[in-house]
Amino acid sequence: MENTPHTKPRDSWTFSPEINAEIRRAAETGIYDIRGGGAKRRVPHFDDLLFLGASMSRYPLEGYREKCDTSVTLGTRFAKKPIELKIPVTIAGMSFGALSGPAKEALGRGATMAGTSTTTGDGGMTNEERGHSEKLVYQYLPSRYGMNPDDLRRADAIEIVVGQGAKPGGGGMLLGQKITERVAGMRNLPVGIDQRSACRHPDWTGPDDLEIKILEIREITNWEKPIYIKVGGARPYYDTALAVKAGADVVVLDGMQGGTAATQDVFIEHVGQPTLACIRPAVKALQDLGMHRKVQLVVSGGIRTGADVAKALALGADAVAIGTAALVALGENDPKWAAEYTKLGTTADAYDDWHEGRDPAGITTQDPELMKRLDPVEAARKLRNYLAVLTLECQTIARACGKSHVHNLEPEDLCALTIEAAAMAGVPLAGTSWIPGQGTF
Amino acid sequence: MQTIDMSTTPLREVNVALQAQAAQTNQTQWVIENPRGAHAIAVGLDAPIEVTVKGSTGYYCAGMNKQATVHVTGSAGPGVAENMMSGTVIIDGDASQYAGATGHGGLLVIKGNASSRCGISMKGIDIVVHGNIGHMSAFMAQSGNLVVLGDAGDALGDSLYEARLFVRGSVKSLGSDCIEKEMRPEHIEILKDLLERAGADAKPEEFKRYGSARTLYNFHVDHAGAY
Repeated sequence: MENTPHTKPRDSWTFSPEINAEIRRAAETGIYDIRGGGAKRRVPHFDDLLFLGASMSRYPLEGYREKCDTSVTLGTRFAKKPIELKIPVTIAGMSFGALSGPAKEALGRGATMAGTSTTTGDGGMTNEERGHSEKLVYQYLPSRYGMNPDDLRRADAIEIVVGQGAKPGGGGMLLGQKITERVAGMRNLPVGIDQRSACRHPDWTGPDDLEIKILEIREITNWEKPIYIKVGGARPYYDTALAVKAGADVVVLDGMQGGTAATQDVFIEHVGQPTLACIRPAVKALQDLGMHRKVQLVVSGGIRTGADVAKALALGADAVAIGTAALVALGENDPKWAAEYTKLGTTADAYDDWHEGRDPAGITTQDPELMKRLDPVEAARKLRNYLAVLTLECQTIARACGKSHVHNLEPEDLCALTIEAAAMAGVPLAGTSWIPGQGTF
Repeated sequence: MQTIDMSTTPLREVNVALQAQAAQTNQTQWVIENPRGAHAIAVGLDAPIEVTVKGSTGYYCAGMNKQATVHVTGSAGPGVAENMMSGTVIIDGDASQYAGATGHGGLLVIKGNASSRCGISMKGIDIVVHGNIGHMSAFMAQSGNLVVLGDAGDALGDSLYEARLFVRGSVKSLGSDCIEKEMRPEHIEILKDLLERAGADAKPEEFKRYGSARTLYNFHVDHAGAY
């Protein structure tokens, strides 16, 4: 018998070890899994696109001699004071509460050194954040935690959050472990409770109401501030069109890889569309309305490299926003904390229990001892470096495509490696002239 | 007294004039005529001035008010006094949905009825409604006082935090985690003061108090059915 060949143990694809572990965890606890971050599953992404580069019919620009502009102006439609950025990469909204004070400070310092903006989150604006951020976007969220007219007026732009890529249709949550006295005070809530942020705004429903809400905010802020509308990657064509109709200066579009401080894993992985699938419909909505480049489009959700930045811009975005990547640049999930990640039952790079407030890197926590691990000045330097690399990489590609401004990148500069990506990005499958989903068959 | 006629003056000029008043202004009395349901009238004020709007207003009248007293002689559209920080807003008629939404402070008085979601997500504002209020009022209300001389609609105080709700009439139903609570002497005092300031002819003893049972403050799977 011992010599009889055995069938090799084979994991089920349907009931994989990960799925079975989740079933056991659910059976034991009776509650869904909550975590931070964005979608972890493999979805069609910018990796599935390639730039063609210059050739016989296109000539490139000299890498170290010829200018390739990266400046972006956001909010040119109605605002008296649009935001001028030196680079096409902004820092996405993340709350004080979800992040520690030093982490927010580092984001502000790093963004300012790089010549770009950072963004508040659900929990209001702190003085430290305002002080360290030359350009600060103030989020206007359903919870209205800490919302007040003075902070609206000292913001450089206002971002009305309708949705978020990690959870289109969902509200926020910040569990009791992170509701310290200061966080609770800013949110007018008791210390230590599980705080839920509403999924809908309390005083408007739908784009017709939103138009009036925007009128009110503009009247309060003297029509100075650019007003962004942030939507999750749900129905990008219509969401963008309706945001324009409601009076947005800027549309921020966040795909499913965009992170969150905490929500249900099932929400993150199963609701919303990949970033790649969202950009072209949004750009088409702007073009159909004659508003492309007049209402700016900021894309977020899974931007990691300068190539990602360049691809998003080539598909029609005016700028991108980074959240998770910025945290990694600050030191999140750093292997130097490997032993502590092991103690938490995870590994560096996989740690996503940001809601628990035990982050070894001192970033997604309110624990005073853990927070001390992050030096905001040093972390800001890393973020500045990272933003510089993203910009240089984007410029490298743009010059190779013969563009004197990164906004001159266009879909014609791209091809796709997969049929899915070709269909989503609306660019030909490599080696063919076939764009799936377009034309007649 | 300054008078602005909105049949000839654009909204922008109205708000610029009112917002320009400093703390020490001598121009403390303002009258706005012919509002004709315009939106965002007298928003973002930050001075101890008194503004009387002669007629009815659209959305967000007196939004984010600080210090000022805004008196609407007609009815108010949705979101009146939303996110008010301080001051007083008085509506002689009825108020539409979300009156006093997310307000952080000040006093909102509605002499008629208020529609649904009155005091939604309130964060310290005091609201006194002489008439009735609609469904889902004080949803996720965090702090402050909501006083209703008439009746309350369905699901009052759903997912309530620390706001206090006082209702003299009937309550059609209470929302999740909202319960009737004992009226203690300190609550009678709070109520007495608010009724007096709101010009309401009612006795504190006639009211019942509602508040949070605090069972949903930390998620527990056994409460999943309450959400």
